[in-house]
Amino acid sequence: MSVDKDTVNKIARLSRIAISDAEADKMVGELNGILAWVEQLGEVDVTGVEPMTAVISNKLRLRDDVVTDGDVRDKVLANAPAKEGSFFGVPKVIE
Amino acid sequence: MSEYRIQGNTGEWEVVIGLEVHAQITSESKLFSGSSTGFGAEPNSHVSLVDAAMPGMLPVPNRECLRQAVRTGMAINAQINRWSRFDRKNYFYADLPQGYQISQLYHPIVGEGEIEVTLNEKDPDSPTKKIGIERIHVEQDAGKLMHDQHPTMSFVDLNRSGVALMEIVSRPDISSPQEAGAYLKKLRSILRYVGSCDGNMEQGSMRADVNVSVRKPGGELGTRTETKNVNSIRFMMQAIEYEAQRQVDLIESGGAVVQETRLFDPNKMETRSMRSKEDAHDYRYFPDPDLLPVELDDAFLEECLASLPELPDAKRARYEALGLTAYNAAVLTAEAETAFWFEDLLAEGVDAKQASNWLMSELFGALNKLGKTLDESPVNPKQAAELLGLVADGTISGSIAKQVFEIMLETGQGASAIVEEKGLKQTNDTGAIEAEIAKIMAANEDKVTEYRSGKDKLFGFFVGQTMKAMQGKANPQIINDLLKKALG
Repeated sequence: MSVDKDTVNKIARLSRIAISDAEADKMVGELNGILAWVEQLGEVDVTGVEPMTAVISNKLRLRDDVVTDGDVRDKVLANAPAKEGSFFGVPKVIE
Repeated sequence: MSEYRIQGNTGEWEVVIGLEVHAQITSESKLFSGSSTGFGAEPNSHVSLVDAAMPGMLPVPNRECLRQAVRTGMAINAQINRWSRFDRKNYFYADLPQGYQISQLYHPIVGEGEIEVTLNEKDPDSPTKKIGIERIHVEQDAGKLMHDQHPTMSFVDLNRSGVALMEIVSRPDISSPQEAGAYLKKLRSILRYVGSCDGNMEQGSMRADVNVSVRKPGGELGTRTETKNVNSIRFMMQAIEYEAQRQVDLIESGGAVVQETRLFDPNKMETRSMRSKEDAHDYRYFPDPDLLPVELDDAFLEECLASLPELPDAKRARYEALGLTAYNAAVLTAEAETAFWFEDLLAEGVDAKQASNWLMSELFGALNKLGKTLDESPVNPKQAAELLGLVADGTISGSIAKQVFEIMLETGQGASAIVEEKGLKQTNDTGAIEAEIAKIMAANEDKVTEYRSGKDKLFGFFVGQTMKAMQGKANPQIINDLLKKALG
């Protein structure tokens, strides 16, 4: 598997990361290096081996259905770049 | 079921419909945080640092939300997956602080099932059809955006962010707007019976994404469009009608249907393209590394199964076995509230047929007039049972019961107290009834003659006159018997 410059630009756009043309060129090489490195794992024969879901074997912890959180509006809004009353404010998005 | 066809210039077209229903799971707290799910709170008050996606916050699943999804799956005879997993669905939007929605793409908690629908629930002879369910998965809801409060900003309220949803995905087995409506009604009824979703479409607890395509009968599947977030059964049916016709017109005029997301505008009764960027659907799903797989054990599954209530189809069959007509059984079981009210009456000792007839004619009629729902009924099952008990034991007649019920609705008084106070007790005093009959026969000699010469229909006239003379308080059976004897 490898990526070309269009793919890198697309991933950047989807991730809302602005990159210059020169940076994109550089990323193509870096990402392909990483992908090739990870692809070495393909050399291992994993026939009959269960996929590992966690490094430490552990069970998913579940919560009871009780309200234990919330009511922290000021904390939630504290770092917002813009807020209006009780709301976050963002540049107008409408389709 | 019914054949639904669109007449085009080039012949008939068939419509293929699949529905993705988002149903809010009934729970106190959110799917991955301990914030409240309560409706209508102050903006951003039901938000924890997890829901706001602050760095370092970790999701912990709510057991009840998983339990409700499993119970719903069991109610539609679906395969329950003991092993499922959460994935991240990545997209960038202001109502999604994480930048991804935690959902289940590859391994949903519930697999294939089915729902049987009839086009007319209340007609026992209406044909039925099985609609396949492909899957039910659990996911987070997003926040809410408001666009009309400020000239240059949109406002974000994250109260809904992280509330648990079930996405119930049907197979493209639906072939008309009517079938789609019947499916959504039946699904809503099942969810309400199970108690996994309140089914309240006005408040957005249930909304549907509608996939529609058209094809020549039996031909290759056409390209589909998806109309998002339709929030009423009527709107959904209108959206399908409009969208199918639009596609037929488009193809017949030489165009091609574009696979896209559309919006339904209920004011204009049309769907229109959301004109999203083409890569908006590149969700780059991958397993959420913050969450281990969901593994359900036997004890969990057994409890889910044991806690399922009797479902509408089974209830309907049982009501019919109690002697109810198929029509009455269908009406009483369509909504869980109605069935529970009926069963409360039975628990108070009311006969099944008497209870069903009274509910369907008297109570529904009265509620209709008052513009109230069953939940808001001024008379509760216990009070109704008291009234019906008085009819059953012959204390009052059926017609007097109607009067007593009116008074109950107005004053909230108990039936026995009203009967006592107004002196409405039915009389079995044969002497008094016979005296009135004699008077009526004397005053209507011509009718007596007519009756005796074969005009049987006049019997009803005599019954009515006698009942009137007795001010409605005579036992109708005794009137009948005495009249037959007197008229000979």
